[in-house]
Amino acid sequence: MGVGARRHATKRNGSATPYTGVPRVRVAVEEASEEEQEQLAARVRLLEGFVSRAEVVDCTQYALQWAGEVLGVSQSICLVRPAGEQALFAAAHYGFTSSAVATFAVSLDDWNNPLVTTFANRKEIFFPAAHSPSDRKRRPSTPFEDAAFHVIPLGAALAEEALGLLLIGGSDLISSDLHWFTSIFSQKLDQLLRTQGLVEADRRQGRERSLLHSIINAVSDPILLTDTEGRLLIANQRALTLFTASEEESEGRRGAVRMNNMLLSSALSSKAIEETGATRRELLLVNPADGSDLVFELLSTVTEDPRQGSGVVSILRNVTDLRRASEEIEENYRKMRVAEAQSRAESDRLNLIIDSVADPIVVTDASGATSLMNEPAERLFTIPQDASAIEQRWVQANDAHFSSFIAGMLVSADQRRVGEIGLSDPRNGEPMPVEAIAGKIMSEHGELTAVVTILHDRREAIEKAHLYEQLKQASDELERKIQAATADIAQQNELLRRQAIELEQASALKSQFLANMSHEFRTPLNAMLGYTSMLLQGVGGEVGPNVKRQLSRVESNGRHLLTIINEILDISRIEAGRMPLQLSRIKVPELVSEVRAELEPIILRSKLDVKLQIEKDLPALNTDRQKVKQIVLNLLSNALKFTHHGSVTISAKRGRDKTICISVSDTGIGIAAADHEKIFEDFRQLDNSPTRAYGGTGLGLSICRRLAQMLDGKLTVQSQLGKGSTFTLALPIKGRK
Amino acid sequence: MSTKDARPRVLIVDDYPDAREMYSEYLQFSGFDVVEAANGMEALQRAVDASPDIILMDLSLPVMDGWEATRRLKADKRTAAIPVVALTGHALAGISEGARMAGCDAFVTKPCLPEDLVKEIRRVLDETPTRKGGRRSGKYAKNTVN
Repeated sequence: MGVGARRHATKRNGSATPYTGVPRVRVAVEEASEEEQEQLAARVRLLEGFVSRAEVVDCTQYALQWAGEVLGVSQSICLVRPAGEQALFAAAHYGFTSSAVATFAVSLDDWNNPLVTTFANRKEIFFPAAHSPSDRKRRPSTPFEDAAFHVIPLGAALAEEALGLLLIGGSDLISSDLHWFTSIFSQKLDQLLRTQGLVEADRRQGRERSLLHSIINAVSDPILLTDTEGRLLIANQRALTLFTASEEESEGRRGAVRMNNMLLSSALSSKAIEETGATRRELLLVNPADGSDLVFELLSTVTEDPRQGSGVVSILRNVTDLRRASEEIEENYRKMRVAEAQSRAESDRLNLIIDSVADPIVVTDASGATSLMNEPAERLFTIPQDASAIEQRWVQANDAHFSSFIAGMLVSADQRRVGEIGLSDPRNGEPMPVEAIAGKIMSEHGELTAVVTILHDRREAIEKAHLYEQLKQASDELERKIQAATADIAQQNELLRRQAIELEQASALKSQFLANMSHEFRTPLNAMLGYTSMLLQGVGGEVGPNVKRQLSRVESNGRHLLTIINEILDISRIEAGRMPLQLSRIKVPELVSEVRAELEPIILRSKLDVKLQIEKDLPALNTDRQKVKQIVLNLLSNALKFTHHGSVTISAKRGRDKTICISVSDTGIGIAAADHEKIFEDFRQLDNSPTRAYGGTGLGLSICRRLAQMLDGKLTVQSQLGKGSTFTLALPIKGRK
Repeated sequence: MSTKDARPRVLIVDDYPDAREMYSEYLQFSGFDVVEAANGMEALQRAVDASPDIILMDLSLPVMDGWEATRRLKADKRTAAIPVVALTGHALAGISEGARMAGCDAFVTKPCLPEDLVKEIRRVLDETPTRKGGRRSGKYAKNTVN
């Protein structure tokens, strides 16, 4: 509702008053007849009724009733267009029994409706009663249904829009009374509707104005309207504090306001106005209250008003805090970026560490959701893309087992929990028991922030334990066997020990027996040899050469027998360990000469060349003289026995390792290399045939070697079959320890 | 070897008569005066009675063995100076040592040819100071006639 409308209304008020028709009516009454008088009285009653009624509905109802009673209009409806509505509504009706008529309305947009054209054209129209469907097509749908009715537009001035329609039932021609009624009713309706509309428009405009005012003032941003010269036309409260100041205010405040006006004017310079649409720029103003800087964002829009010319609407938005906030946000953002980078670096390092751990590590938050896991853990708990259905199930089962473990951890009060979880190897589904060590991480306020779980594959440990068990079993078994064997061995050892004792006893008995026997042999042999010797020496008188030769045979056989007895005795003494040593310092050359002298008769008989090669200045030996002599004697006598021609050499010299070597070399029959050791065995002569060529018990060399060993010496042989032999006795110079 | 007194007197102690007689005969043949005893107890008596220059002592003897007899001889000052040559068929270890312990001056193992025994007797006599204070010299004992 504009200002123009109001002006228009005021003009009409001046020309059309509610009582304009009354003097004319009074004039007619004075000149009418009685019937006319009565008619006039009815008309006066109508006018009086109108005067006392200010409501549209009330007035309309009264009018229709009047028409029904006075003019005989049996059925009627009055349609009125309320202000601002694009439709006609039934304001009142008369003579209808159905209540449906109260809701009868006609939309003014429906141009096919004859009522609408009637309303627009302001021409009366008559609809005769309908008798066929084609009749009905040309008729509007009304509460009159198929009955005939008149439509009379209502309205005081022909130039104006109609106010409504009066529908009157019946096919009678419209009487002059009815025309008078419609004209009077139109005027009254016009008056009522216009009055009602004006009051309402005024009220609405005032409401809108105050609403706009409070809206503008409610905006905390300064809002102002300026003309093209920059003069302030309208300003809200906030803008007024910035741009206006009364004379009473302080000089500083007024100065600030002047400054602000200048700044605003330059901001709203011609350039701003020339630009179409809204412009944004920053505007720096002074706060008149405290002189501080204020930063505004200026949003200005050019408005075109055909009556008042163009102006500029400016909205200032205080961005001082915004800018400070923006700077702070920027700074915070930068700090956050740095912190984020640090935290990312930290997190990367942590991830690197966690990933480098071979054992799966899972970090879960307080709700049990996984927040971090390393690669080994991912293999266990996340389904790979190309996983088969069964593999997916394994991983899901793992996840479920782990989740239940974590759930148990979360509800318990334990800070730490160690448990075993039966997982499956996601690669092949083999059972994979893991030891889970979970620890809660608490915040400074004692709230649970995370649970860190480290899983350790127990298979290896179990396998090891299994292997260890097997090993232990095997070891136990072995130990049992060893114990059994040891017991067996101990038993056998005991047996052997007893046997050894028995053997030793037997051996001792044998030695004793042999010693006794040799004693018993010697006594008679002593007498035999003695007497033979005496006979040969002619103690009992001269004997003939034949007898002498025969006695010599007795003597030599006796001596042989004695040698045999002595050797057997020596072996038994050595074996019984009862061969005593009598150590003394001996000179080897003397001993060798003595041996040679002792065997002189045999040497002479053998016709062999026996040479001595004794090194000069040989040291004395600390040894058993008799034993050494026995050995050398034996070696020399053997050499003489087994050498048929050539020579025998006895040498004595220093040997290696502080020894003195006494050797007897011959050019005799020699010994094959294979037999070099056999000759030192007991009762051994290489020729074992009954008709052997050489006598002797075969104990000689065996005794010699044993004696040499008793003296810490060595007896060795070097020989070649047919090329002679060399026997060497090496004795330590320092002698036997 | 001109007088009977010049002949060294040998006491032969042996229980085996053949051996005792064999040595006796040969020693007399070799120029010795011979006294015989068949056991240790007898030997003690003869050693005092006949005061021999040397005693041949068999160790295995009845009544009193040679070791005991030798000990007693060496314990008796009348006979302590007489050298004793042990003579035995036992050749086992400890025999000769036991003989030396008992006081024997030499040790001869049987069988011992008569001539070897004579050599040993002469050796021992040569090394033994005479009871009259002098020392026999030379291979054969040649006592001066008093």
